[in-house]
Amino acid sequence: MLNTFFAVLRRDLLLAWRGRADVLVTLAFFVIVVCLFPFGVGAEPNQLRAIAPGVLWVAALLACLLSLHRLFAQDHVDGTLEQLLLSSEPAVLWVLAKVLAFWLTTGLPVVLVAPGLALLLDLEQGALPTLALSLALGTPILALLGAVGAALTLGVRGGGMLLALLILPLFVPVLIFGAGAVEAEASGTGAAAHLLLLGGGLAGALALAPLACAAALRISTD
Amino acid sequence: MNSSQRGFRIFRFAAPQVFYPLAGRLAPWFAAAAVALTLVGLWLGFVVAPTDATQGEVYRVIFIHVPAAWMSMFIYLVMAFWSAVGLVMNTRLSFVMSQALAPTGAIFCFVALWTGALWGKPTWGAYWVWDARLTSQLLLLFLYFGFIALTRAIEDPRRADRAGAIIALVGAVNVPIIYFSVKWWNTLHQGASVSLTKAPSMATTMLAGMLVMAFAAWAYTLAVTLWRVRPMILERERHTEWVGEVLEREGGRK
Amino acid sequence: MQWESWSQFWHMGGAAVFVWGSYAVTFGLVVLELVLVAQRRKETLKRLLRWRRALGKDGSGRQSAPLESEQ
Repeated sequence: MLNTFFAVLRRDLLLAWRGRADVLVTLAFFVIVVCLFPFGVGAEPNQLRAIAPGVLWVAALLACLLSLHRLFAQDHVDGTLEQLLLSSEPAVLWVLAKVLAFWLTTGLPVVLVAPGLALLLDLEQGALPTLALSLALGTPILALLGAVGAALTLGVRGGGMLLALLILPLFVPVLIFGAGAVEAEASGTGAAAHLLLLGGGLAGALALAPLACAAALRISTD
Repeated sequence: MNSSQRGFRIFRFAAPQVFYPLAGRLAPWFAAAAVALTLVGLWLGFVVAPTDATQGEVYRVIFIHVPAAWMSMFIYLVMAFWSAVGLVMNTRLSFVMSQALAPTGAIFCFVALWTGALWGKPTWGAYWVWDARLTSQLLLLFLYFGFIALTRAIEDPRRADRAGAIIALVGAVNVPIIYFSVKWWNTLHQGASVSLTKAPSMATTMLAGMLVMAFAAWAYTLAVTLWRVRPMILERERHTEWVGEVLEREGGRK
Repeated sequence: MQWESWSQFWHMGGAAVFVWGSYAVTFGLVVLELVLVAQRRKETLKRLLRWRRALGKDGSGRQSAPLESEQ
């Protein structure tokens, strides 16, 4: 069983490596969105510092959203998805592998780049580890929830916009606790509660989302 | 699927050819009840209920605001319930029910937001505050939009049914999480801002008017949902002989 | 009775815009919903009837029902 998990993971990572331009585009999108904000709200450092956690988190969320359609689309077109669904392996397992591969290629780069960008927005340096940690805990939840939406909108006309409408409301709690953690750390109240809640959310999403996603994939390929 | 369930009596009503005429017979009664209850509720609300000591007359918005807010949440739960029933029991009628409920739920959700805004302006001085309840209500409206958009965008009805059911269930699991998170966020950000708690002593006539209006909203929801579900059933069952007879009877009339 | 005259009733103690704005939009939406539902029903009946008549020409309509049961 674990063999399937690692086989799918390896395959998806390999495919992502071959199409690494896509991954870089997602990352560039994240960077550009964050850099737009000073032009919009002004370069006053105090103001930038105040909005930095929210801006970074919203940008991370949008970057995740925009790349989500890639998660199953290719496999759907070339029939891999149907093969996987027909196989005797539990769907939850390879769904998890695919989501993990997706996160490693889109979430992880964002986590790594975000602290550098935070410096541009003059975020306090003491809050940088919290920023990275909150993104590391939060972006997998976005990927897991987004996977359910991506599975449901597979091959549907106008799927991209529909996907946004479906899952953005579900992203709100992650945004609240993620951005809240950074803000709490920066203001000195401590981010422990926020991070614990994010961790709890991740555990819950890990348990439930793959099931929902597997069911959604079955429905969409029927 | 259907034939295996014929043994249970209750599932007799789940058969479309039984449910279709039943819905047609029941809907006018619920509509009449809705009209009667609305008239009684408005009479209680505008004639019997006294002027509020602190808010003056503007509180009379409560007679639609609170029932609409209750209804919008309750309808989402019912949609999730029918979705779960549909996925577990494989009854097509349950999916159709949840899709017929969604527009009414979205309308109530919007009404709750709209009346809340108009009530908020004179009482707190702002049409909108980012309060936990208001914000969750707004997100609930987005969940309704998502469900409706998804079920409309998918052309194959089988797939639309099931996909809609999944997103309704995912949404239902998330509603408490959203509410909790927004409340948490709200207490951190706004501290002591406006207090939304109602005046502690609400006159019984006010409460009575609100409850009667809530029942009116129930009856209205039942009536309009049954009316909406009927053509949906015909559409799904158009290949059957009984729908042919219904079409000849009802469609030829016009 | 809370009101001494109709004009006082419509005035709503100065909150007329807010109270009547709420009720007007609510009842407007209810009426709109009912109209849309009625329209949808009419449109569905018409379309399905046309669909059925078109099928009937192909010989799979009502006239052929006895034929099918003979088989």
